[in-house]
Amino acid sequence: MPGGVAKPEGPLLALKDVSRAFGVRRGWLGEQRRLIAVDRVSLDVSAGESLGLVGESGCGKSTLGRLACGLLAPSSGQVLLEGRALPLAGARSWAAGRIQMVFQDPFSSLNPRMSARAAVAEPLAAQGVPRAEQRRRAEEMLATVGLDGLGGRYPHEFSGGQRQRIAVARALITRPEVVICDEPVSALDASVQAQVLNLLRDAQERFGPAYLFISHDLAVVGFMCRRILVMYLGQIVEEAAREQLFAGAAHPYSQALLASMPTGASRKEGELLPPPLEGELPSPLNPPPGCRFHPRCPKAVGICRREPPAWKELAPGWRARCHLA
Amino acid sequence: MQKHCLACESEASPLLRLENLSVHFRRDGGLLPAVRDVNLTLYPGGITCLVGESGCGKSLTARAILRLVPETAVISGRVLLQDTDVRTLPERALRRIRGRRVGMIFQEPMSSLNPVLTAGEQAAEPLRLHLGMSRAEARRETERLFAEVGIPSPHSRYEDFPHQLSGGMRQRVMIAMALACRPELLLADEPTTALDATIQGQILRLIVTQSRDRGMAVLLITHDLGVVAQVADTVGVMYAGHLVEHAPAGELFAAPLHPYTRGLMHSAPSRNSMQLDRLPTIPGSVPSLENMPAGCPFHPRCAEAIPRCAEAMPPTFVRGAHATACWLAAQPSRDAF
Repeated sequence: MPGGVAKPEGPLLALKDVSRAFGVRRGWLGEQRRLIAVDRVSLDVSAGESLGLVGESGCGKSTLGRLACGLLAPSSGQVLLEGRALPLAGARSWAAGRIQMVFQDPFSSLNPRMSARAAVAEPLAAQGVPRAEQRRRAEEMLATVGLDGLGGRYPHEFSGGQRQRIAVARALITRPEVVICDEPVSALDASVQAQVLNLLRDAQERFGPAYLFISHDLAVVGFMCRRILVMYLGQIVEEAAREQLFAGAAHPYSQALLASMPTGASRKEGELLPPPLEGELPSPLNPPPGCRFHPRCPKAVGICRREPPAWKELAPGWRARCHLA
Repeated sequence: MQKHCLACESEASPLLRLENLSVHFRRDGGLLPAVRDVNLTLYPGGITCLVGESGCGKSLTARAILRLVPETAVISGRVLLQDTDVRTLPERALRRIRGRRVGMIFQEPMSSLNPVLTAGEQAAEPLRLHLGMSRAEARRETERLFAEVGIPSPHSRYEDFPHQLSGGMRQRVMIAMALACRPELLLADEPTTALDATIQGQILRLIVTQSRDRGMAVLLITHDLGVVAQVADTVGVMYAGHLVEHAPAGELFAAPLHPYTRGLMHSAPSRNSMQLDRLPTIPGSVPSLENMPAGCPFHPRCAEAIPRCAEAMPPTFVRGAHATACWLAAQPSRDAF
């Protein structure tokens, strides 16, 4: 956090037992069913920290991101910013501009008819900042993200990496306390990914926002975040400092994600890949009983099929939801 | 380029040779080069990965092998499948090779599968078309293939439509279809890019084992060095239409010679990145076809460029099994080599 703001007690952003369900209909006249995309998730984000959230597609991590910034209302549970319940996003809300978001796809997240400057200034316009000041601050922010003097150009004139820089500038312009980054580099080429990740680090050092950094890529999350949450089928299954996680993840699902991470060396000649995780992510419409991971878990025993595991504290700041941890 | 083989006995004769393969696009009365003078040799049972960023020409190289390119593309050079130059074959003869001697899988299994045919019907099609099997025979064989590629309850899955299958299962159907006629070569274009990490591991393992068991050559196109590290016997790195480096996988990862390859490797986050304050980067971005720099196309982004790099495209320098198109690789005095 930039100085001058009184430090509140407790975390900056907190999710308390947050769930979100969607109604899903199969076919035109099919019966309506409830899909629980996020199931009783609790997490804390402290001022200025980077919290990583890693999981595969369909695990609910993007829904969680939208809940955390007020784009979606929880079905139950609470999202608290400095202890106050976060209202749905809106220009007149007391929380306006305090939580921002950077999305995955820089091609669809920018309005093609808006110049880079206008796109970056838009959140200020919504807050009623005078035009001249909007423009000045937008130009300044564009320079900060490495697009000095390019404010008059339109999205199609920029490369994917540059568009993501615009998205970052737009997120930072209101000096938010929290930025939710939802797969911010997954759509970018390898050589550009590193540039944007470094930019996000620079921005954090300069402006001090906390990041909730959502990605399927454990290596990216490990670079960005000191603390990591692993999500599987709507639930957080492990929370750990990255050093703890990388040295010896406790949950078998985290272990599988780690095993699929690139090591930077090639496979030895004649050596086969490590045995991958069997099976697929079950449908969240019909989650397995007991531990949700048990049908794919190489270590599952009887109790895993019957009882959902409770959190187990392994060390300060390290916990896992596994009977065997 | 060099001829060698890791996965198979070294006396095996090459299955596919690309000789000066180029692809140009007709545009505004001119020709824009998209793939330039690629030389590559594939052996039975070996997995070659082509790696590079979007627009580098890696997919186009694979598609040009079977002439599956847009109408504005002009292919030149030779595509020798054993002794047949596929590039000059008439369309009819080529159709007998596609799906029979050469199988294909693409990135997005949803758009490559026909939504109104069941998974089984379309997987059985090459068997009926190329091998003349009866409906019943083809069904039996398809269900056997489904089981082989890890599709559970193949008998009932046969009746499923693509939208009823998960992404991983669709990709398995694609692989079963590509393997149906026991091809000698499998072209796999980003086969796991649309899939999750844990499913990706399953599909890659399947491709590796099928290649081993059948002695099938694989050309796998990917942007992901992590995938390359897991499956490749040999690796080709492409940049702006050129094959800039080509080497056995172990050698390439242990001692990459081209500055672009090194840049790609260093900038990719890995489990060791957490100690870093900033990731090493390659400045700038990939040039577009219309704005190709003179000389080596990588020189404006290259930290090691010398004046010569801006003047002429370097030839390919070969040392053992390691080929590099970089002027610096020609200088034996450099301690890096």
